[in-house]
Amino acid sequence: MPLVRSAFSGDLAHDEPQEYLWTLNFGPQHPATHTTLRLVLKLDGERVVDAMPDIGYLHSGFEKLAEHLNYNQYVTVTDRMNYVSPMANNVAWHLAVERLLGIEVPRRCQYLRVIVAELARISDHLLCIGAMGLDTGAFTHFLYAFNPREQINDIFEALCGARFTNSYTRVGGLMHDATDEAIEMIRRFCRRFPEALRDVERMLNRNRIFMERTQGVGVLTREEAINRCCSGPVARASGVTRDLRKDEPYLAYRDFDFHVCCAGGGDSYARYLVRVAEMWESLRIVQQAVENLPPGPISVGPEYRVAVPEKDQVYTTIEGLISHFELVMSNRGFTVPSEECYTATEAPNGELGFYIVGDGSPRAYRARCRPPSFVHFALFPHLIRGHTLSDVVVVLGSLNIIAAELDR
Amino acid sequence: MAEAETIERLQAMFPGLGISQFRDQTRVLVPVGELYHVLQTLKELLGFDFLVDITCVDYLQYRGARDRFGMVYLLANAETAERITVRCFVNDPDPVVPSVVPLWEGANWLEREVWDLFGIRFRGHPDLRRIVLPEAFTAHPLRKDYPLQGRGERHNFPVIRRGEA
Repeated sequence: MPLVRSAFSGDLAHDEPQEYLWTLNFGPQHPATHTTLRLVLKLDGERVVDAMPDIGYLHSGFEKLAEHLNYNQYVTVTDRMNYVSPMANNVAWHLAVERLLGIEVPRRCQYLRVIVAELARISDHLLCIGAMGLDTGAFTHFLYAFNPREQINDIFEALCGARFTNSYTRVGGLMHDATDEAIEMIRRFCRRFPEALRDVERMLNRNRIFMERTQGVGVLTREEAINRCCSGPVARASGVTRDLRKDEPYLAYRDFDFHVCCAGGGDSYARYLVRVAEMWESLRIVQQAVENLPPGPISVGPEYRVAVPEKDQVYTTIEGLISHFELVMSNRGFTVPSEECYTATEAPNGELGFYIVGDGSPRAYRARCRPPSFVHFALFPHLIRGHTLSDVVVVLGSLNIIAAELDR
Repeated sequence: MAEAETIERLQAMFPGLGISQFRDQTRVLVPVGELYHVLQTLKELLGFDFLVDITCVDYLQYRGARDRFGMVYLLANAETAERITVRCFVNDPDPVVPSVVPLWEGANWLEREVWDLFGIRFRGHPDLRRIVLPEAFTAHPLRKDYPLQGRGERHNFPVIRRGEA
């Protein structure tokens, strides 16, 4: 509280009106940025007059790497883009490659990809809202959100052996088929998750402290959301009814019954609510997919000459060995058309797309990743102007900025 | 995929645009002089109000390519989910295209990234600085002629000594 100043204290240095602003350096190593990014804030007292984002601390040249790794190798790099939901990136990358090749994966593979992409969405949203709670002082909520996330990591481990950097997809298929044990784990998760999610909702949805911290903070109108290229939960919280799973259904999304979750507020609270609502819808999709999981192969047949055969075939049959050899040797591999195309998926954070230019070689000539975090972080100065310093972490958390995807 | 009616209207307004299809995607090839006008028309008259992405491809080593840089603008209609790709070629020694920040505020960072990694200048951009690389960087590393081996860029950076830091 500023003390009431007397008319003249005799001290000129303190009595002159001071027209200066504080500059606060926020990050790149700060726990509340969650990732490596830097903000230079101009403060008038506690009010943020302007914010200048400074990014690039995690720039690792992923797009340059794409020009030097083949289409199957690069999936390991996509894991490291949005490392909160790597499965969604894997699915997006190989969907883009398959679109360039003009092949469609079998039904079972489509369903399994939908399952892992939706589990990745739940996992991403849990981290986002958990961290948002953490930033506003609700530490318990963070731990409640992390518990189901751990179960999702267990499922991913059962599916592909890796908990974090999954690299589960391959061109024309998947690394492994889902075992019965993994399917049972997904079923068990579907049974247990509603209770956990209700706990999460009970803790924050009507929490007065949380609502006062988030409502009306960082308001984005519908027109601004479109004009500033927002997608995903950020745009849907502002009333843009755009969801690529409905608008241009890829994989098997046409088969499932789910809603697009929107809100009208456009503030941090609306973004939180949209994320929570999307988790319920994702859970419904996973339930439907796992109950109707079609039998059959998980990769396209050998006639396409793109899918790496199963290991037991490689070791026991000459055809399997030859096709494996033809695909993995550095001077072999499949050919792609000398064309370019863009394929977008609805990643947890927004529209994640890859613009791939093929030149006939087994490597992409250029693979541009359209990162949702990058576009959303550009909003930040616009959203924070006029709010207080403590709102910085709320807005940052509600946009769910992942610096590895931001900088690539 | 863009509707046939949209393409017809666009062709009526801008005769001579190269329109092609690949995997259900419509691509429009626009000369750099008409780029801004075409994008403005697409946004204001034909409903492509959502700018998905701006990127660039360096065709230096591409077989059969005649131009050096290909700018790619991906547009979508936020209501109907129609999509269209606008492409435009620019060449050395002065690759410059008009900035679309007046049309879409979100183009700001996307154009800065293209400038940073490809060295394409955007005429009329309000704040054309590097974004992911440090200001002291002198090259544009996503160009195909950027060397992958050698001493690298570190020798270009100013050395900060203990007393000055």
